[in-house]
Amino acid sequence: MFYGVELSSRLLLGTARYPSPKLLVEAIKVSGAEVVTVSLRREAGPESSGARGGQSFWSIIRSLGMRVLPNTAGCHSVKEAVTTAHMAREMFDTPWIKLEVIRDDETLQPDVFGLVEAARVLVEEGFEVFPYTTEDLAVADRLVEAGCRVLMPWGAPIGSARGLNNVYGLKALRAHFPDIPLVVDAGLGVPSHAAAAMELGYDAVLLNTAVAEAGDPVAMASAFALAIEAGRMAFTAKPLEPRDMAVPSTPVLGKAAFGD
Amino acid sequence: MRIYVNGDQREIEPATLALALGALGYGGKKVATALNGRFVPAPARAATQLSDGDKVEVVAPMQGG
Repeated sequence: MFYGVELSSRLLLGTARYPSPKLLVEAIKVSGAEVVTVSLRREAGPESSGARGGQSFWSIIRSLGMRVLPNTAGCHSVKEAVTTAHMAREMFDTPWIKLEVIRDDETLQPDVFGLVEAARVLVEEGFEVFPYTTEDLAVADRLVEAGCRVLMPWGAPIGSARGLNNVYGLKALRAHFPDIPLVVDAGLGVPSHAAAAMELGYDAVLLNTAVAEAGDPVAMASAFALAIEAGRMAFTAKPLEPRDMAVPSTPVLGKAAFGD
Repeated sequence: MRIYVNGDQREIEPATLALALGALGYGGKKVATALNGRFVPAPARAATQLSDGDKVEVVAPMQGG
């Protein structure tokens, strides 16, 4: 449930880096995702009518009837992110915004100070903010204080395919915010990473590169969908806590004795 | 006069943002605009007069993660 919107799929899918528009559409369909992320980029003048142009991309997404989550990817300042959010709200006709304010170009690590500031401005202006953040508890607290009703901590740096870098931190965040929808956004590589996030009790995952740059994006989209479902089911089934010592699964009582 | 559109220098007749977009080939396209770093809503373009040296950003929907 994101800002009052009930979704049946726990997968949010990015739309970038697919080998072709056809594979993008097929991957979205088999993933079962109901939300896709989109962005805004400079539009060339009359000479741009190719398949990569914004106009044709938009007609593809519209034809799928998906709910869109526009991002502020690549923004490095509060001002840039806020202006981009304004343009996205008009363009996509939605109050939803995936808020990214990036500090470091190597890791694409969020500028959490700018993020909190931008979130405050945008919430005030009626946006429903999905902040792309780290797993830092204090920052998350500030974001909630600013009015965010969803948090999207990274698993690992965007596109790195490393999975959950700080399971302990993500667990702590879940425990601290039992009622805020939490989405692991970024850094996932394989379906088991997504399953692990869901087993921690996360509400959803957002991914892009892991599907788009897989050898077979359509099959990978399907694999992620299954893993997310399995992980969620496992979480609701209350998994065992790890233990240090063995615990025999076969009953000890009643075992035949053959000793001397 | 000289303005900057998406970082490129362009020479146009003095105009509003709405007229400039038409002259630059954006007419009928689904775009969002900003002027000197501030968002200009579509309905406000006709009343937004451009000045020499203005920086205009014109963006469209694109793939994103």
